[in-house]
Amino acid sequence: MRFVDEFRDPEIVTRTAEEIRRLADPDRHYRLMEVCGGHTHAIYRFGLKDILPPNIELIHGPGCPVCVLPMGRIDDGLALGKRPEVIFAAFGDMMRVPGAHGSPLEHKAKGMDVRIVYSPSDALKLARLNPDKHVMFFAIGFETTAPSTALTLMRAKADGIRNFSVFCNHVTIIPAIRAILDSPDMRIDAFIGPGHVSTVIGCRPYEWIARDERRPIVVSGFEPLDMLQSIVMLLHQLRQGTATVENQYKRVVPWEGNRAALGAMAEVFELRPFFEWRGLGFISQSALRIKDSYAAWDAERVFEVPGVRVTDPKAAQCGEVLKGVLKPVQCKLFGRECTPERPVGALMVSSEGSCAAYYNYEHRKKSAAMAGV
Amino acid sequence: MCLAIPGQVIEVLEGERNLAVVEVTGVRRRVDLGLLADDPPRPGDWVLIHVGFAMSKISERDAAEQMRTLALLGESDAAMEEVRGYGLEA
Repeated sequence: MRFVDEFRDPEIVTRTAEEIRRLADPDRHYRLMEVCGGHTHAIYRFGLKDILPPNIELIHGPGCPVCVLPMGRIDDGLALGKRPEVIFAAFGDMMRVPGAHGSPLEHKAKGMDVRIVYSPSDALKLARLNPDKHVMFFAIGFETTAPSTALTLMRAKADGIRNFSVFCNHVTIIPAIRAILDSPDMRIDAFIGPGHVSTVIGCRPYEWIARDERRPIVVSGFEPLDMLQSIVMLLHQLRQGTATVENQYKRVVPWEGNRAALGAMAEVFELRPFFEWRGLGFISQSALRIKDSYAAWDAERVFEVPGVRVTDPKAAQCGEVLKGVLKPVQCKLFGRECTPERPVGALMVSSEGSCAAYYNYEHRKKSAAMAGV
Repeated sequence: MCLAIPGQVIEVLEGERNLAVVEVTGVRRRVDLGLLADDPPRPGDWVLIHVGFAMSKISERDAAEQMRTLALLGESDAAMEEVRGYGLEA
């Protein structure tokens, strides 16, 4: 148990792990999906797989915003960034994500005005500081970041800042979970629910998963003990044959979510009829677009967007990994052509992508063991 | 981007829309409190920050635990880089 010594309350961790072994029926194989990329990262970092019995399989979900974005959207954003008047602003996570003709960082090296911002409000500030330029913020993220983009757009409108726009790639988690449950090759017994998304949306939006799909779901924190406790809660439900929504992360997640954040999203965004997700294909009503009342700040209406659709590099199997059909190491490019240093697919870029997480913790460990280090 | 960074509200800025000075392990930056308008934090309160916006109020103990979680995840440096980057001051 690699990191047990670092855990808070190692004794409780050990006891919880024992409880998991006691609760898990040895004749049954459990497939639990952690929806959130932050959980995926934590699972590899803490070596939780070494703690769990082999019949509990953790399937990595779609909750890594950089990973699920299809390459065409990156190319569309970069195409707008090439306009001489445009400053392309994005979070650092986006900078190394490959488009068909290179990442934002590679475009910057070729002379495009690309800026890293840490907050959408700083992209707006860039616009104030550069009145002769147009700042386009490449927005990504689930409900954790969408309210901040919304509030920033409300400020831009209130202050009449016209040299600012948002290229909106915000996605919503619930339709992605529905797509996974509807997919015939996905058999998930229960879900570890996302922690930070739930601070915004609360726990109610998950109720249909329990009620209609009869799958237990536990909203979980990110510490090793949080996740182990969530697995205990799921196993209790699976043993009793019940399916409810439970909140293990009560210290941060209110059952009703954050009303002000939801209000900001409702003011600025509406659902797109369709949006393409890498691996999951087109999912109806799964992403946000900017409402007509904010059209003057919508990059897709301020500019003409090429509407690029590119498929992932042929040999890369990002889609299958993203759906949990393949493990990262089963992809033909994993660890050879595709590494965190030279990523071919987005799952190798973000620390929340399952390929990068697997590479950084499992693969390096195994390589070191094989080299006798 | 998906980091949740704990910080303590030091001062709510008068005349600035929902802006506050928030301290994260010694680094002070402006953070937007606009998404906590229903229950505005006061100086001394602890909040979880995502991309420059406070998203939830938490206890001091939970703030310490979140810092610890970030450290365990190897994300402390990334979190501090993000905080230092707020406000385009760096």
